[in-house]
Amino acid sequence: MTKDVTLDNVSVEFGDFTAVDRADLNIEGGEFFSFLGPSGCGKTTLLRCISGFQDPTGGQVRIGGQNMRGIGPNKRPTALIFQNLALFPLMTVAENIAFPLEVRGIDKKTRRHKADELLELIALTGQGDKKISELSGGQMQRVAIARALAVEPDILLLDEPLSALDLKLRQHMRRELRAIQKQVGLTFIYITHDQGEALTMSDRVAVMSHGRIEQVGDSRAVYDRPRTSFVASFVGENNALPARVLSRTGDALMVDAGLGAPMLVSAPEGGGLAVGAECYVFVRPEALHPADADDRNAFSATPTREEFEGNLRHIVLNAGGQDIRMTLVNDHRSDWASTSGMIAFSPDMAIALPRGELASA
Amino acid sequence: MSGAHKSATRGFAKRMVDRNGLPVAIYLGVAVTVWVLLLVLLPQLAMLDISFRHNLPPSGIGGPEDVYTLEHYRYFAIGGEANADSWNGLDIGVLFKTLFAALMVTLIDLAICYPVAYLLAKSTSGAAGRILILALIVPFWVNEILRAFAFRILFGATGVINEAGLGLGLWDLPIDFIGQDIALYAGLSYAYILLMIFPLYNAIESLDTNQIEAARDMGATTIQVHCKVVIPYAKPGIASGMTMVFMLSAGALAAPQILGGPSNLWFTQLVYQWFNSGGNWPRGSAYAIILLVVCISFVMLMMRLFKVSIGAIGR
Repeated sequence: MTKDVTLDNVSVEFGDFTAVDRADLNIEGGEFFSFLGPSGCGKTTLLRCISGFQDPTGGQVRIGGQNMRGIGPNKRPTALIFQNLALFPLMTVAENIAFPLEVRGIDKKTRRHKADELLELIALTGQGDKKISELSGGQMQRVAIARALAVEPDILLLDEPLSALDLKLRQHMRRELRAIQKQVGLTFIYITHDQGEALTMSDRVAVMSHGRIEQVGDSRAVYDRPRTSFVASFVGENNALPARVLSRTGDALMVDAGLGAPMLVSAPEGGGLAVGAECYVFVRPEALHPADADDRNAFSATPTREEFEGNLRHIVLNAGGQDIRMTLVNDHRSDWASTSGMIAFSPDMAIALPRGELASA
Repeated sequence: MSGAHKSATRGFAKRMVDRNGLPVAIYLGVAVTVWVLLLVLLPQLAMLDISFRHNLPPSGIGGPEDVYTLEHYRYFAIGGEANADSWNGLDIGVLFKTLFAALMVTLIDLAICYPVAYLLAKSTSGAAGRILILALIVPFWVNEILRAFAFRILFGATGVINEAGLGLGLWDLPIDFIGQDIALYAGLSYAYILLMIFPLYNAIESLDTNQIEAARDMGATTIQVHCKVVIPYAKPGIASGMTMVFMLSAGALAAPQILGGPSNLWFTQLVYQWFNSGGNWPRGSAYAIILLVVCISFVMLMMRLFKVSIGAIGR
């Protein structure tokens, strides 16, 4: 069974500080939904509202249509996986997994049976009698998931559970988490500051900043069509060029971005930028490329340095006094950075957005 | 001393010097030696020695009659020569009553301190917690004797509690708090409350709050959270606090003297009597050693029963 989660204008205030500001969205049953934002953006507070450790000071959290106010974490159909996992060090792996059953007064034999089942699901068959301290980081991770699933929750809440793992293991666990989610078919609500994690695993992502939800959409929408300057600068790498709108034709804007010539870029969805308005133009590093003769938005830039990543080459250029990053796929041959000086981007891969907060690097 | 043993000792000494520098290492070495040998071991050994000797006048000491004897331990077990065929019920009874009362005091302190320590460790913010700890410590600036007499006044037949109870019509005749040992239990429990709170607080404070929340999230009731997560984790702290309170209660003298009922003797009072009015130091020493051994044995037994290792208490 899956249940959807509705945040109905949820606010949380601690004294004068607003941790969550009127969060309003609906998470569907069976969805893998991520809250993405820098630390302190309110995403953990929001998760605590859903799990029941925090009551919202305004608005409602509804799970399966039922208002959750006054219902404690032990009475909600949610299970939370903590950032540090919070496994019980004095219990064995199987005892950890069976803990939710133990506190419900389920007999030992049934508990053991269920624990063995879950151990199989997380590929740790036969390791139930190990101590927690004998497990590797990835195994602890999986035990924490199994323990949460033992509650048979409708909704699994995950608070940055992968942040303590090293890169390779993290990438592996992303795939594994996603696979487990597909297998058990539960609603997963995932909290992270790592946009790679959010984009690869999620059906939909909500980007948060300063307690507000800036944008909700699938990974492509959030990455390709950001709605605010914060989302554009926080999700993935982006060049933010201060600009001014010169003219408008349909969905295209002609802007002066200080690159020598006027540039043609996409207008934000739903309009909003009038002629003469100050804005930011966002161009992804991978949208930039060495210019051909017939390219629209071509401008001259001087390479200053290169960060070589193997498969990718990140080239930092100077254009009109500002640093611009360009990412090229390494074709093992060309050595563009030392030869040419004209680069370009296609109008539909650049977007102008109203001036607003930029994510700090 | 074997060669390996000697070189291990030398290795330890060398590490001490390397880590702390020579002056600090010497200070630590001397201080610990003086403390353990001079202040702990030697006096106890002297007591042990005296307890096996006859009670002789000064002139007889070192004379032909000054030989080792089990007389005083025998006296504790079966009393004087007059009734040599039966147990010394009086003194043995006092010992068990003392142990039982000390155990009660320990359990009362545990019951009071566990919630307080838990709140201090997990539910109070920094400033409130510091004020609470201060509020706990400051009353202990009042010395023990003063506190005991204050409790006597509080619990006396014409004391504050009786006056209030009678005045409000809650009871008709003054309640004999002292005769019923209520004053004694209250006094002792209060006297050692800090020794229970701090080990508990330290143990609970180091517990990851996420574990408590995780247990709650997985459906545990408040009682289950404590029984299955907090108490197992805090067990060494609980053992440490209980041991200290138990040992000190069993060995207390002032509070039982002042707050105990007229018919109630504490075992330490017997020891005191033999040393003081009885003028029989060897017998007093034997009684003190008996108390020590019985208390230690009891604590070890309890620790075995509840599966706490002695090393865990040091943590």
